[in-house]
This record gives sequence, structure tokens and C-alpha cells, in this order.
Amino acid sequence: MNVPPAPIERTKAGDFVVRLSADERELLRRLTGELEELLREDPADPSLRRLTPPAYEDDHAGEREFRSLMSGELDMRRRGSLRRLEETAGHGRLSAEELEGWLTALNDLRLVLGTRLGVTEDQFADGFDPLGPNAHGLAVYAFLTWLQESAVEAAASALQDEGD
Amino acid sequence: MSQATQAPGVVELERPAGDEEDRHDRPWIVVVWNDPINLMSYVTLVFQKLFGYSLAKATELMLQVHHEGKAIVSSGTREKAEHDVARLHAHGLWATLRQD
Repeated sequence: MNVPPAPIERTKAGDFVVRLSADERELLRRLTGELEELLREDPADPSLRRLTPPAYEDDHAGEREFRSLMSGELDMRRRGSLRRLEETAGHGRLSAEELEGWLTALNDLRLVLGTRLGVTEDQFADGFDPLGPNAHGLAVYAFLTWLQESAVEAAASALQDEGD
Repeated sequence: MSQATQAPGVVELERPAGDEEDRHDRPWIVVVWNDPINLMSYVTLVFQKLFGYSLAKATELMLQVHHEGKAIVSSGTREKAEHDVARLHAHGLWATLRQD
């Protein structure tokens, strides 16, 4: 049986190989660029709400203080990861640090797109309807999920070896 | 999800002296909530990386979030709990803190 190779895999040298087409790499650059722009120009957009969930369930003063202390740092880290993915989207190999940026940036992209599409936990349990509503957005979401699964597996295998 | 109800017998009508001190001693806990987007494998990896948990412990907590809707992933001083929540938010997880 022919199993297609994973898009991201750990190499014997300890870095990570990326197997994506030119179109897929271009899609990643476009998506990260769009999210960076949205964060910059419309930070109150409702599709961004999952990126900054409340830290306190019902303590408004605590929440305000947490926001004022943490949001600048969180925002800076978020933009840094997105920029890293955008800059290395064309690379054939990634360092562990670059993969770390991919992991959080891919997750942020999925959180924003998934929120916009209103995805459910078992979104693709009944398969994918290419003619259904939001077909294009769901296809992009499925692509990001497939890529992130692979990135997580590669990072987890590195972590497992460190622990041995 | 239904809330656990407290047995009538343990409701304290009058707060004992020294309760204020107890309140300060009680640890702050960090709760991670289930959401439909974060991947199970990703949540497990984040628990391992942020808290140094073993794969077995991280998987157990992830499954608790997945099946029960939430899990307590760390506890300590308010400062530590806020720090942990910020790190979880940086990784896209839905985390909150409260005093135990």
C-alpha cells in the first residue's frame, strides 16, 4: 500500500523536512499575511475572540489587570510566530525553533478560521461536501488541520527522544 | 454540564475566625476548557512542553478536557496561575484561573 509521506517529518539530523507544493506554500503565506493584517487593522473582529479568551471567569477587575499586564506580550509573541511561518513557508527544512513558530501560527490560523466557519468537534465525520456552503473555507481549514497534525507529530517525536 | 451540589451539612452559615487567612492560603487553580478546534494531539503536546508532564499524564489531562469539558492542569500562587494561563493562551488553549 502506498502511504503518501507526511508533509512535515523529523530527520535523523534532528531538524524537520517540509514537503509541500508551491501552491500550498503560497497559501500559507497568504493566510498568515491576512491574519497579520486583521490583527493590525481590526483587532476587535469577532473571529479573533478565541485568540484572547478571558483569564477570569467572573472577576472583572482581575480580568482587566490580567489584560493590561499580559496582552502586549501575548500579541507580540503571536505576531512573531505568524511572521516566522510567513518567512519560512518556502523552506525545505525547519529548525526546532522554526517548527515551534509553525505550531502556534498554524493553531492561530485554525482558531480564527474555525471560529469564522463555526466548525464542530467532528466537522468532517460525515465527509466533506465540495458543493456545500463554506466549501472553500472548510477545505482550507482541513488543509491547515492536516498540516498541524503532522507538525505536532514531528514535534512530539522530538520531545519523546529528549525524554529518553 | 451539571454542577456538583454541596451537601447541606457542609454549608457554613457563619464564617469562623481566621477565615480571611484561609482565603489567602487557598491555592489558585488553572482550568483548561474543551473547545472544538484544538487538536487532541496538540493539547497533549502543549501540556508536556509547558508543565513538563509525562506523555501519560498529559494524555490523561487532555482526555479529561475532551470527555468532561475541563480539567485542572496546574495550581499555586495567583502569580504562577496567571503566568500559566498566559502561556496556555499563547498556545491557543482556552484556560482560566480561580481560587480553589
